[in-house]
Amino acid sequence: MYAIIAIGFNIIYNTTGIINFAQGEFLILGGMIGISLSSFLPLPVAIAAAVIVTMGVGALIDFLFIRWLKRPSVLRLIVITIGVSILIREAMLHIWDEKVRTLRYFSGTEISSVKILGAYISPQVLWVLGISAVIVAALSLFFRLTLVGRAMRACSDNRTAARLCGIRASRMVTFSFMLSAAIGALAGCAISPLTQTQYNMGASLAIKGFTVAILGGLGNSAAAVIAGLVLGLLEAFSIAVLPLAYIDAVSIAVLLVILFFRPSGLFGNREASALKEF
Amino acid sequence: MNPRLRKYIPILAVLLFVVIIQLIVSASGANYYLTQLTMSAYYSLVILGLCLLMGYAGQISLGHAGFFAIGGYTSAVLTTVNLMAYADSPAVKTLLRLGMVFERQDLYGHTLLSFSPWLAFIAALLITVAIALIIGVPVIRLRGHYLAMATLGFGLIIYRIVLGTGFLGEADGITGVPGFPLFGLEVSGALSRRISNYYIAWVLVLLAILLAMNLIQSRVGRALRSIHGSEEAARAMGIDTARYKLSTFVLSAVFAAVGGIFLTHYNGSIGPSEVTGMKSVRYVAIVAVGGMDNLWGALLMSMVLNFLSLRGYFGSYDDAVFAAILLVIMLFFPDGLLRASGLRNLAILREKAAALFRASKSRGAEND
Amino acid sequence: MNKTLVIMLTVCVFIAMIGSPLFAGGGKGEAVAKEPIKVGAIVAVTGGASWLGAPEAKTLEMLLEDTNAAGGIDGHPVELIVKDSQASAEKAVSFAKQLIEEEKVLAIIGPSTSGESMAIKDICQEGKTILLSCAAAETIVDPVASYVFKTPQKDSYAAIKIFQTMNVMHIKRIGVVVGNTGFGQGGKAQLEKYAPEHGIEIAIAEVYDSGATDLTGVLTKVKARNVEAVVNWSIVPAQSIVPKNMRQLGMNVPLFQSHGFGNIKYVEAAGEAAEGIIFPCGRLLVADVLPADHPQKDVLVSYKSEYESRYGEDVSTFGGHAYDAFIILKAAIEKAGSIETTAVRGAIESLQGVVGTAGIFNMSARDHNGLGLDSFEMLTVKDGKFVLLQ
Repeated sequence: MYAIIAIGFNIIYNTTGIINFAQGEFLILGGMIGISLSSFLPLPVAIAAAVIVTMGVGALIDFLFIRWLKRPSVLRLIVITIGVSILIREAMLHIWDEKVRTLRYFSGTEISSVKILGAYISPQVLWVLGISAVIVAALSLFFRLTLVGRAMRACSDNRTAARLCGIRASRMVTFSFMLSAAIGALAGCAISPLTQTQYNMGASLAIKGFTVAILGGLGNSAAAVIAGLVLGLLEAFSIAVLPLAYIDAVSIAVLLVILFFRPSGLFGNREASALKEF
Repeated sequence: MNPRLRKYIPILAVLLFVVIIQLIVSASGANYYLTQLTMSAYYSLVILGLCLLMGYAGQISLGHAGFFAIGGYTSAVLTTVNLMAYADSPAVKTLLRLGMVFERQDLYGHTLLSFSPWLAFIAALLITVAIALIIGVPVIRLRGHYLAMATLGFGLIIYRIVLGTGFLGEADGITGVPGFPLFGLEVSGALSRRISNYYIAWVLVLLAILLAMNLIQSRVGRALRSIHGSEEAARAMGIDTARYKLSTFVLSAVFAAVGGIFLTHYNGSIGPSEVTGMKSVRYVAIVAVGGMDNLWGALLMSMVLNFLSLRGYFGSYDDAVFAAILLVIMLFFPDGLLRASGLRNLAILREKAAALFRASKSRGAEND
Repeated sequence: MNKTLVIMLTVCVFIAMIGSPLFAGGGKGEAVAKEPIKVGAIVAVTGGASWLGAPEAKTLEMLLEDTNAAGGIDGHPVELIVKDSQASAEKAVSFAKQLIEEEKVLAIIGPSTSGESMAIKDICQEGKTILLSCAAAETIVDPVASYVFKTPQKDSYAAIKIFQTMNVMHIKRIGVVVGNTGFGQGGKAQLEKYAPEHGIEIAIAEVYDSGATDLTGVLTKVKARNVEAVVNWSIVPAQSIVPKNMRQLGMNVPLFQSHGFGNIKYVEAAGEAAEGIIFPCGRLLVADVLPADHPQKDVLVSYKSEYESRYGEDVSTFGGHAYDAFIILKAAIEKAGSIETTAVRGAIESLQGVVGTAGIFNMSARDHNGLGLDSFEMLTVKDGKFVLLQ
């Protein structure tokens, strides 16, 4: 599940070299919109609408804040995305108030449970895994086969060369934001029945997502999936061992350890992890 | 006037303002403003340290609230722990004789046996320096968003530890922290001591600025500025960049811890809300607004913004206001409001607006 | 426009703001018949404890309007100053000092959380301002500070009620899971304290992160101990997640929750998994099914219907704590016949039989909470609604 967030990070990072702190907010925003709409629209339509609206927000962010900056420093961009994430969070607070909400389960109800290999899980978990798998597969096809996808990859490899070929870099940036937002919104709707949705959950999701992204090597989406599994296993393991209150600290500690000792992550290579220019 | 003394003029000016404000406030019977002014002054200590780190050493830190908490919590724990249960053990008796532990009465007439605030102060600083060194060594090797994430992670770990540990008060924090005796005065929230506390806080702030100014104008400061300019060039010139960055990191951590210690004694309590991610972001926002390397700008903005926030001026929009400020500054005035480039950007905006206006007018004229 | 000018301007604005009382001063204009009563409120309307503070703030506004429309308290109009502390202790401290020294309020209602309440307990005591806290920690009124009171019921009574019910249901072996907030830890302490005398064995007690989104790990551990019931003492969102996870794991033992479960929204969030949850609660949530001669019925029904029609959302027991604080203050002022602080304080201590949402208050010099074991009723969830446990 964290892998989806990490992939969102990766997409934006790949095209722009920016880490988008607002990624977590995209999930929550998508979830909230989906919940509001699902009260009078059938579920799949509500989710689709939520995705589209969040994509719009993603594009808006790019337009308002990123597009017209001239050669900003990485630092500035990070701070800007942090600021944006806080604003979105406060906006969600005032639009939807502070209550916790949930989206309906996609199939079955809260108590239905499926037994797989001796472990009981909710069918919603299968949905989440399924959607993640589909997203990953679709993305890799997208990047490899479609023109836009290939253009984005070109941008990430070498911006100037891509520009020389006539690819509008700024448009790619907008598009990457929209794509990340869409993925985030979809994921947000998928996990809402399991984890519920509250306006301030975005930050912790973002941190976990970032941990996974770094763990797998920033920019490497396939590795992010594996890293997501690793982190999940680690957390499950630590529940059995440590006093529960520290579980969150574990994932952060993992983040710090990786950053200190192997910033390129488990699968990245050293040069690729050198910071990209915007 | 002796040119070397000239640099102290701003400090004297601030001192003058501080006194004037206090006199006005007392005269108008509005002594309660002193509370928020004092609290803001302590937060300014953190911000000054962060300003040194961000502006001069060029290192962003999204977790500085963590050091504030380390200082404040250590001091709180040591001064509120009740050793009465062990009063008869030899260890405690020795400490009592050495004056490190002493008896005091709390509001309800219970007698407590806790560590003396001075001991707690020293212990808190030592722990802060130790942790800053341990964290600092790997952190300064990072750059850009890795650095940001690492510092953010540090702040969050401190938050989690504080939230999850019994003797640190968990979600409720630590209360009942006694005053800190200081040369016959006392740092505490008692109403009668409001004025003296106000001055104590400001003396600390001015000392911090003096220290920072001396640092900036010394060899260390020049080395830092060259590092900020270009790290490779600095290294080529033989400057040990790592050492300078590390010492700045530790120093800024100490500033933050001192702010934390004294504010805890002033408030009589500390809670996990002092070390959330939002708090660290606020500190960064304030430093950015004041101008990353502008000590005075940072101080001014810190006083204004913290004062307003503590008085509840921003109401429920508190976080949003800080985020908005951060965004506006980062977008339009990346070097801070009080700097030439910022004002130039303002001029550019004005130009653009004027041009747009003229263009629309001429287009309007064409369409007629 | 140069740098110095900007600095000078900012400083001047600053001084003007601060010095304004000097120039303001003077008379207020029209004379009022009777002096207005100033009451302060520090609540966490936004931020991490907003599920507590938002209903509290709404309740207070509602009561304020009603009271003033009816002519105020004892003829004095009431002025309410609400500060949003966002559950941050240092803000609570700053606001408390502001309210006490600047606004010179008669009493402060709130704060919403125990941490903030403890932080300002001493300040209010020294400042001789009445504090009516809406937070649950026992330490707020123990040791007793003469000016500090609290309105929520005691955690220990909640625990005892749960154990009494378990005795009736012949449950002996339980698992306890709590969130890592002060509330959760406090609950755990109370449960562990009173279990032995009720013959209950706590086979396993675990603390989890209150923000956790999936608790199957913890519950698997609990399931492995073959317990006959699970007690969950936490705040939102965990209280809706635990029942769901339990069902998904196939755990069919009864689930007991704390009195923090007092909002129908948590039931909705847990959906079908909420069926059968048992928890102690004030009677507010089942006001409609109370017998007509129950002393609390009128108060509860009127509060519930007014709140729900005014704000369009379900009433919760937390808003009720603010309600109780307000009516206690009102009753004390009316009893004392004066708005002088020491008189009102003394009157609060002597209040008996005040009907509130959480129960019937009987204060004393040594009991600054005033609620007994009978303020709790055991409720359960049936068909998605709260009903009394039979």
